[in-house]
Parts: sequence; structure tokens; C-alpha cells
Amino acid sequence: MDKGFRFFPDQASSVAGDVDLLYFFLVAVSVFFACLIFFLIYLFAVKYRRKSEDDIPKEIEGLLKLEILWSVIPLILVMFVFVWGATLYFDSYTPPKNASEIYVVGKQWMWHIQHPTGQREINELHIPVGQPIKLTMATEDVIHSFFVPAFRLKKDVVPGRYTTMWFEAIKAGEYHLFCAEYCGTKHSQMIGKVVAMEPADYQNWLSGGAASEPMEVTGEKKFQQLACHTCHTDNANARGPSLVGVFGKDVELEGGVKVVVDEEYIRESILTPNAKVAAGYKPVMPTFKGQLTEAGLLQITAYIKSLSKDGSK
Amino acid sequence: MSTAVFKHRADQQAEDNGHTKNYLNAGFSAKSWLLTVDHKRIAILYLISITTMFLLGGIFALVIRLELLTPAGDMLQSETYNKMFTMHGVVMVFFFLIPATPAVFGNFLLPLMIGAKDLAFPRLNLLSWYVFTFGALLGVTAIVFGGVDTGWTFYTPYSSTYANSNVILAALGAFFAGFASILTGLNFIVTIHKMRAPGLTWFRMPLFVWAHYATSIIQVLGTPVVAITIILVALERLFKIGIFDPALGGDPILFQHLFWFYSHPAVYIMILPAMGVISEVICCFARKKIFGYNFIAFSSLAIAMFGFLVWGHHMYTSGQSVYASLVFSVLTFLVAIPSAIKTFNWTATLYKGSISYDAPMIYAIGFLGLFTIGGLTGVFLATLAVDVHVHDTYFVVAHFHYIMVGGAIMGYMAAMHFWWPKITGRLYPEGWARFSALVIFIGFNLTFFPQFIVGYLGMPRRYHAYPEEFQIWNVLSTAGATILGVGYAIPVVYFIWSLRYGAKASANPWKAKGLEWEKADSPPIAHNFEETPVVTEEAYAYEPKRG
Repeated sequence: MDKGFRFFPDQASSVAGDVDLLYFFLVAVSVFFACLIFFLIYLFAVKYRRKSEDDIPKEIEGLLKLEILWSVIPLILVMFVFVWGATLYFDSYTPPKNASEIYVVGKQWMWHIQHPTGQREINELHIPVGQPIKLTMATEDVIHSFFVPAFRLKKDVVPGRYTTMWFEAIKAGEYHLFCAEYCGTKHSQMIGKVVAMEPADYQNWLSGGAASEPMEVTGEKKFQQLACHTCHTDNANARGPSLVGVFGKDVELEGGVKVVVDEEYIRESILTPNAKVAAGYKPVMPTFKGQLTEAGLLQITAYIKSLSKDGSK
Repeated sequence: MSTAVFKHRADQQAEDNGHTKNYLNAGFSAKSWLLTVDHKRIAILYLISITTMFLLGGIFALVIRLELLTPAGDMLQSETYNKMFTMHGVVMVFFFLIPATPAVFGNFLLPLMIGAKDLAFPRLNLLSWYVFTFGALLGVTAIVFGGVDTGWTFYTPYSSTYANSNVILAALGAFFAGFASILTGLNFIVTIHKMRAPGLTWFRMPLFVWAHYATSIIQVLGTPVVAITIILVALERLFKIGIFDPALGGDPILFQHLFWFYSHPAVYIMILPAMGVISEVICCFARKKIFGYNFIAFSSLAIAMFGFLVWGHHMYTSGQSVYASLVFSVLTFLVAIPSAIKTFNWTATLYKGSISYDAPMIYAIGFLGLFTIGGLTGVFLATLAVDVHVHDTYFVVAHFHYIMVGGAIMGYMAAMHFWWPKITGRLYPEGWARFSALVIFIGFNLTFFPQFIVGYLGMPRRYHAYPEEFQIWNVLSTAGATILGVGYAIPVVYFIWSLRYGAKASANPWKAKGLEWEKADSPPIAHNFEETPVVTEEAYAYEPKRG
């Protein structure tokens, strides 16, 4: 992290340059309008100083053309800015297909990070440069917000659901990671760093350290421990639907409604099983609320996802 | 305290011109103040209450700035620091900014400006002060018994489940202050509709009255929502009824929707009355009719209406739907337009005027400059992709202080100086007033401009400790806050001084237009006017009609 004197943070993600460009445009427009107003005020203030105590100037009612002019010009300008800002925002919502996934759990007052390959980190996130990364985030307690100024991105992490964000680092380096949503006593200590590494260095980092168990394997163990496999089998008469190959597909519910099996649906089905029961099954699954941490939920999700990969069992 | 000061002044006045009756010497007992139904006396009661709260909130601000002088959190413990910024926000927003201009100047001036003897419901008006003061006392009790640490936004589930501080007490304080604000708004709406003097048509009303009309609509429609929200938080905290906490089956984002549905329009409750003040002051000191009267009047109403439809711009990163964010963004850009229209019209009013630079005008020009910067940086925050970066950083802190301190408080200070002779019958010392206006302007900019930069650099708000590279900006900010503190202290001294030693004010020391100046004494008599005034001209008719 460069500690020198500066006006702008590093541009370290693929969107940082775009956001800064829009920011500079806004600065330019603002400086123009502010200077225009300040100049006019100064000019009038000097030119039309009261000359004598009983000086009464001529009345000016107003001028419709001028009113329209100074309503329409700002309107056009802000609509232009709206479209520009909205386009960038919209793009930052759809992660590319080839994004690699990393899981984040926020907790008073630290960030837990799990890589699918099994590495776990606290308050540090190692990522390769040039590879889109998608974060799926959950929190154990209150709202937090994952903020990396050098990436110009933040996203709240909200209890009771998953939120996601994605980015692609374009420059190796270490960058601040802040919690941006006030979360209690040690809010300002819920900080860390994102370490963006050249792909080769990243491979070294991945293979270094203690041998770690991939998330899906940990998830599979939890799946067995909680005896999920006794109902969710491939057997046609099983009490629960088979989970092989379902991730990312539609599932039909009782009554014909279809929902996509995604992280959020898996989460809901584990914690509130009767909310959306697949068609043809009875609502007999017990809730696992309280038996799994957010991290555990994500591991089981990773396992269920792995059942839909090509060549899986 | 106030009784003694006024008694002395009134005595002196009695000596000078042989017992001119006015609202101040109409009675000297504590009862004549505490049970008064005179809108002018109630305004004074409010003035004393909110000035006390402002000083309290200001002390919290200085403690915050002192802590942030160094990157390490070394002066206070984190928990104490968190309570400081929470109580600074709660006190300043709910107990100073929201009531400030309407409850003091709106109360004092609305009946005078429209030629009425009082507000429509004088007893309701007194009740509102008691309700407000009760709320403020609850707030102070929460502070005395250990404070509250949720941030003034009370976000759930932190506030409803996790915080171990006096959340309910502080929130109830805000609840009661809100109730007072509903009563005031209701009173103003009825008064403006029913009690205008003969000849005072809607489009002859001073723009101060229009601004308060728009403000009152927001107070009456918006405040009940935050009251409900506060009750829901209390129910969840006390009885574990699941509304906002997902562990109990609730939704934390729902809280944010409900909270901002009121709290964004609340920003307009703070700024619209100040805008009304600026219209009055600029016309008086340029001796000119306002440029584009209708546009300024209707832009107040437009702000009041659009202001209700933009709350989601506080939630771009909260996980709300992308499409919701798009809609809130476009509406937020639209609400910027009426503010721009006002600014251009005020500037145009100066054109070919006859401008003098007494303290109220210096504050008004300060308002124009600072509100312009605050408004323009609001456009940055409306912009989706930019807001994702600067949301919850010091950029936002700087922006809303430019609106609330640079806008609302500059307007409030302009009003204090402009109407001080009318309220007290005394002139303040002009030299000191101009000097302190300058000190405030410099101190303000030095405090808050660096925060735009450190915000874009990524410094999150509500941070007790921060990385070293942000220090230089924080040092500037703290230096500015010290100057600002001095700037606010000077007027407190000379205003009190002037009560006793200030030169006596004539009925219309500024040669201003308006019933409060032209038809009422300084200070006005208890029933405002000797006889009901009749209005025959438009507002700000500084140029005498020919023929």
C-alpha cells in the first residue's frame, strides 16, 4: 500500500478507471457550475453595491426563457450522468461466466474467507490478477460491508441472505479492505487487505502452506454428518429429491411454480425447508437452523454445486 | 435565566419611552412564560431549548474531531467514540436541525408575515414545545445513563438485537421530538390556509411562508412513518417480535426502507425553511423583488413531493434490487433540478440590485456558496457507480454537512441576525457579526472540504482509528472544527450582550418589506398588530408603484 500523499486511491480493478473517469467528469461539471455561480455572485456583489442609503433599484419580475434554460440544461446533464452511472453499476452486477468463486463470512469483527480449494484466511484475501472473482457473502450477526477502495467497489453483507459482488484485479499489490457499514464496538478494526498477485505467484501461494481440504469435501462430510444423504439419494422412492445435477437448473414446486436452484434457494431449503418444497415430495424435512454456521452452509452449498459439475457422480 | 434578562431590558425600555407594551414585557412571571400561548414566546422557549441542544451536539463534534487528530484510537475507547458520533448525530438531527428554523422562526414569524394574531392552534403550539422538551430530556437521560452507540440511523439488527446501550430511550426521545414536529406542521398548514390577512393571496405570500408550507407537508406526512419504525424496533428489542432481525424471521433491509422514507425527506425539513430565510434576506439586502417568484415557490413544493420518492438512494449497496436502485437514482437526479432553479433565481435576484453587506446578507451569500457545493456533490452520490465507491465514506459526511451546516445552519444564522431586532428590539453589534460570519465560513470549509478528498481516498465513516495515510486530511479537518467552534461561540456572546447593551431597534431597521417589518413594532405587541393589516401588493415590492 502506497502511503504517500495523494488525492486518489490506486486504480486496481477493471472498473476503477471507468468509475474515476465518471468522477472526473462530475468534478469538471461541478467546478464549472460552482465557478459560474461564484463568479456571478462576486460580479453582482461588487458591481451592484448599494451606492446610497435611499437607492431603490428597478424591479425585474423574472424571465421565463431564462427559467426554462436553467432548468433544461441541468436536466439534460443529469440524465446523461444517470445513464452513464447506471450502465457502469449494471455491469458491475453481472459476474462473467468464468469468474472463480470465493466465499466470505463477516462476523463482529473480522472477515472469514474460504477458497473453494480449501484455503481459509482471516482479514486477508489473496486473488490472482486478471481473473474475475465472484464473492458470495454472508454474515453471522449484523450488517457489514465489504469495501475495497482501490477497486471502487463495496457491497453490504446482510444477515439472513447471501449477497454477491465481483471484480477483476488489474494490478498486483496490497489494498485496503474495510468494513464500511457500522457494525459495533470494533467496527474500525474490522479491516484487512486484499493481496492481488501475478498468476504464477498466486499458484505458489495456493500450493504453499498446510495441505487443505477443498470446500466441497468438507461440505460432503457435513452432508453425511447431518444425515442429509439418508433422504437425498438417487433412489426413485427417496423421501427427498436427488441433488445430483440440480444446481443452476429450474425445479418445479407444488402448484407448478418454478424456481432456480441457486445458493439462496439451497440456503433457504436448509434453514426453512417447507418454504418451497419440490413437486412430488412431502414437507417432511426438519430445519437445520442453529446446527450450521454460515461457513458450514457455504460448504454444503459448495458440495451440492460440485454434484452438478461435468463428470460428477 | 431568560426571565431576568428580559425583565431588565423591559424595565429599561419602560424608562426610555414610557411603557410601550410588547410581548416581552406583557408578563414577567415564570408562569407567563411556561403557560404562554403566544407564538412569539413559544418561539423563544424553543430557541432556548434548541440552542442548548446545539451546544451539546457541538461538544460531541469537537470530541470526535480531537480523537481523529491521530490515526490511532488513543484518546477514547472505541465504545465511547461510537457513542460520541451517535449522540452528535441524534442530538443535531432530531433535537436541533429538524426543529431549528421552523420551531423558532416559523413560530415567531408565520403569524406576523401573514397578518394574523397567532397560529391557528395556540395551545397545540405550546403542547408541541412540551412534547419536544420531554423528548429532548429523554435523549439527554439516555446520554447521562451511558449513551447510545448505534449511529443516528439505528440500523437493525445491530440496534434491535446486538447493541448494549440505551437504544430505546434515545429512540423514544426522537419519537417525541417527531411528535412535536407533527404538531408544528399541522398548525402551520391550517394557519397558512385559514388565517391570511385580507388581500394576502397565495401568490403574495413571502417565500418564507411557502417554504414552511412545503416543510409542514413533509412533517405531517413523513414523521408518523419514523414513529412507527421506532416503535417496531422497541417491540423487537423488548419482546423479541421478529420484524427486522432475520434470526427472528424479520428483514433488516425493511428497516432501512422505513427509516429513510422519513429520514430522507427530513433533510428537506432542515433545508427548506433555510431556503425560505435566504429568499427573504436576499430580497431585503438587494432591495429587489425576487427573481422568478413562482419558480421558487413551486420548487419548494416539488422538493417536498419528489423528496418522498428518493429514499432508496441511501441503499444502492444494501442488496436492494438493481432495478429499484435505477428508479431511485433517476428520481434523485430529478430532485436536484428544483434546488438548481432556486440557486439560479437567488443569484439572478442580485443582478442590478442595491446590495448592502450586513451580517444576514453575508450569511445568505455564504449559504449560496456552500449549498452549491453541497448540492453538486449530491449529484455525485445520486450517480450509481460513483456512490458504490463513496457510500459510507467521508465523502458522504462532507456532502451532508455542506447541506446541513453549510446550508441549514447558515440559513438559521442569517435568520438569527435578520430578525434579532424584531424579536428582541435590540441591534446586535454589526462588526462582530460580520467577523464571526467570516470565521464560520473559513472554519466550515477547512473542516469539511478535506473530507471530500479523504472520502474518495476510501476512509470509511464512523471509524475510531484509521490508516496513517489519511492523517493529513483529518488534521486539517480538526483545525477547521476548532475555528468553526470559535465562530459559533462569538455570536452566543454578542447576542446575549446585545439584550442588555445593544442599541434599540426601530420597527424596520433594514427598511425591509413585509408585514412583520412594516406593520408590527420591534418587539411586536402581544397580539402582533394594532389592527388587522390589509395587503395590497405583492411580496418584495421594494420599488414603489408609479402613479
